[in-house]
Amino acid sequence: MHIPDGYLSPATCGVFGAVMIPIWTAASKAVRKTLSVRQVPYLAIGAAFSFVIMMFNVPIPGGSTGHAVGGVLVAILIGPWAACIAVTVALVIQALLFGDGGITAIGANCFNMAFVLPFVGYYVYKLISLNSPAGSNRRIIAAGAGAYAGISLAALCAGIEFGLQPLLYHKANGQALYSPYGLNVAVPAMVLGHLLVFGWVEVIVTALVVKYLQKQNSVFFEGGRS
Amino acid sequence: MTLTRKLWTGIGAFIILSPLGLILPDHFKAGSAWGEWGVEEIQKMTGYVPQGLQRLSERWKAPLPDYTFQGWEGQDLLHLSFAYIISAVAGIAIIAGIALFIGKVLAKEHE
Repeated sequence: MHIPDGYLSPATCGVFGAVMIPIWTAASKAVRKTLSVRQVPYLAIGAAFSFVIMMFNVPIPGGSTGHAVGGVLVAILIGPWAACIAVTVALVIQALLFGDGGITAIGANCFNMAFVLPFVGYYVYKLISLNSPAGSNRRIIAAGAGAYAGISLAALCAGIEFGLQPLLYHKANGQALYSPYGLNVAVPAMVLGHLLVFGWVEVIVTALVVKYLQKQNSVFFEGGRS
Repeated sequence: MTLTRKLWTGIGAFIILSPLGLILPDHFKAGSAWGEWGVEEIQKMTGYVPQGLQRLSERWKAPLPDYTFQGWEGQDLLHLSFAYIISAVAGIAIIAGIALFIGKVLAKEHE
């Protein structure tokens, strides 16, 4: 889901950069209000977790690869705004140090994976878990459902961003200037890959870690926003 | 053992296992992620290289491109796995450092 340089037009990149600036500002304000000193290590662990889980490329035999993002789990544990910051740090370092995701596409990639993914996942989790006890199985199911919804919606966004490019930017002879595949190809490719394969990695990792943490420290799940 | 220490141990386990993210796609003959093809791959798939993509792509020379050392692209899986683990350690050290710094600046002394 890491859109490389050259796949999105400079204008598209500019739009997503402009969209992310107020989101990052809001995130730092929200985190300033809610993050306590003892939670700071979890922000670092969350960012590290997101980074390393994205290294586990899962193959579709003979096809493409994909991976989990881990952002929904981080959102469940320390809130979606803190998760936005944690995943953003991971994505920026991936682009700069490893060339994974474009420098120009940082705004779009952060919109998909550091904003849409944790927020959709978090609110689906909240909606399903409601006031269920901190140690309940319902919270595990809610976490899994949130993970699935979050990564699927993020993949849909990426698919739309890819797919709009040849519509908006092409030469007179029909050749695309940037990403060459339209919505009819990009959206199904991104969404189906994540619905059928990669999303399940996000579900399993999120549910397992929530189950583990329920036993370790229920403070993460009391009232949800710890 | 404190919970944060347990969780960091878990991250350490993920780092050691991370080469699975190279080995499994290789074993199952899977290619790039969708939309993350190199210029040559696009040329093969569509018969041309989009002009703007050609101009903007691969301009940035990452220090550890694709989680390996520069010039190691053709190495065998053992070497690539080694570089992958080094990349994971380096990436996590930097990311955790930045996140700790941001957290310290933002977090307040409240419970």
